[in-house]
Amino acid sequence: MTELPAQAVGVTRAFGHFVAVDQVDLEVHPGEVVGLLGANGAGKTTLIRLLLGLLRPTAGEIWLFGEPPSRGTRRRIGYVPQGLGLYDDLTPAENLAFSAAVFGEGPAAASLPEPLRRYGSTVVGSLPLGIQRTAAFAQALAHRPDLLVLDEPTSGVDPLARARLWETVAGAAAAGAGVLVTTHYMDEAGECDRLVIMAAGRVVARGTIPEIVGDAQVSVVESAAWAEAFGALEAAGMPAALVGRTLRVPGAAPGAVRRALGDISATVTSAPATLEERFFELTLSADATQAQP
Amino acid sequence: MTTPSAGRRDWWGTDDVSVRFGSTLALDHVWFRAEPGQVSAVVGGDGAGRTTLLRCLAGALAPTSGQVRRPGPLATGYLSAGSGTYPDLSVAENLAFRAAAYRVPPETARQRTAELLARTGLDKVTGRLAGQLSGGMRQKLGVIAAMVHSPDLLVLDEPTTGVDPVSRADLWLLITRAAADGAAVVIATSYLDEAERARHVLVLDAGSELASGTADQIVAAMQGTLTVTSTRPAGEAGRRAWRREGRWRVWNPDSAPSAGDGGTVRPDLQDAVTVAALARELARSGAEGESR
Repeated sequence: MTELPAQAVGVTRAFGHFVAVDQVDLEVHPGEVVGLLGANGAGKTTLIRLLLGLLRPTAGEIWLFGEPPSRGTRRRIGYVPQGLGLYDDLTPAENLAFSAAVFGEGPAAASLPEPLRRYGSTVVGSLPLGIQRTAAFAQALAHRPDLLVLDEPTSGVDPLARARLWETVAGAAAAGAGVLVTTHYMDEAGECDRLVIMAAGRVVARGTIPEIVGDAQVSVVESAAWAEAFGALEAAGMPAALVGRTLRVPGAAPGAVRRALGDISATVTSAPATLEERFFELTLSADATQAQP
Repeated sequence: MTTPSAGRRDWWGTDDVSVRFGSTLALDHVWFRAEPGQVSAVVGGDGAGRTTLLRCLAGALAPTSGQVRRPGPLATGYLSAGSGTYPDLSVAENLAFRAAAYRVPPETARQRTAELLARTGLDKVTGRLAGQLSGGMRQKLGVIAAMVHSPDLLVLDEPTTGVDPVSRADLWLLITRAAADGAAVVIATSYLDEAERARHVLVLDAGSELASGTADQIVAAMQGTLTVTSTRPAGEAGRRAWRREGRWRVWNPDSAPSAGDGGTVRPDLQDAVTVAALARELARSGAEGESR
């Protein structure tokens, strides 16, 4: 049997009366990149902390490589937090050497990867953000982890640098590591093999992007008077998103949109929803369900 | 040189603006136009020059050379990177202070802020200190504070960075509201899926323009073709390849797709911008190679 790098079985975590994570099941298989999406407060960070063994579940079970989280399992995990977890006043080489020593690795693990060599003697705090991220990735990967956990891995870097960071992630997955990534950006979600969407502490959708989006549709309004159309839709309680000069209205049928526009001249059609629009819909309905007494 | 001027014009922006900090050229001859009633996006990674350009537009920084066309300070709204709110003031106090500073009549300010707060779910937390808001809420407050006086030019530096998709939708509602009211809106972002929503996009890299125009124009201006393969191509072609959505995109500058590939794809904005960055990177490393 293949051992799962990470598994949550019916995991619940409460803080007082507040249930941050509510009966969540999650599996990360070897060689797989799983994206964890959710609005702030959806429970992503709590779930990650549970998986890393930094928090204990109130109910349910966490398994890492088939065992409960421990120091032994931590040794097999590479983690890049949002704040990167580097020492700003050490160079990338010193950061890497320190981390290799902590993980009990030999000097081979502390050798700088090629793109970082020319920055080897500059302290991390003075490096551009893209290079800092590369260094944080190198540090998380140096002990060849079997599970890689990345929190918002490419925030603030340009598209080419982002593609390069994703090559590193894909390389680790190809070598057999399971990867769990949290992100707020749909560009990044596209890099994952599978997504898990959380809202109000629960998993509300899981699968590939086409599976999650399904046949969800939005209404699209094209009008020379888009500003006026936006105002009319707003007044009718249909918040619209501006894209170029068209308005996209999630969760409203073209007929209802047409009526809300009154006598404003516009073409109203229907189009497949994007992942972000579907995400929005899922989150709002989960929050509405939770808000009910 | 900067020319504040009264009244609305057909555009605000920069003409051939350069900014030098000591030996660093932060902006290198940048031309940028933001039109009233439109959203324009300035895209780039860390160090690309986005913040420097936005500070020039907002009047917070004078360029070393070139001209900035902007409205007067009272007709400009600016959200600096990292949220321009006072952490020790409540939501209501932050907005009241901004409205007073911009000389908005109290009754107008009350109506306008009440509407914007309700629209974005902040109406339930008006008494809370800004420093105790979540990141998304703080950014929403920052944007509302920047637009409370209905500015002609609204400059927002990374309003959505680190913000979850639900708060981001609220932020876009505010951005759209401002454009619908006739403001020229300029946003900085490092994400192209977001920039794609803007009418006009300027991509910066190391202080200079990498691409500009509508998303369609930037895509149309891309040289060569793109092919998709399931593995990274070997040899020289590997340097023209990058990973996207689980596969490899390979850029062929001379249009002719190389043999044995998985077919050409129609590029989108993200592809076109990545190609522009790649072309610059290859040209730079080529020049370094020759000079050795």
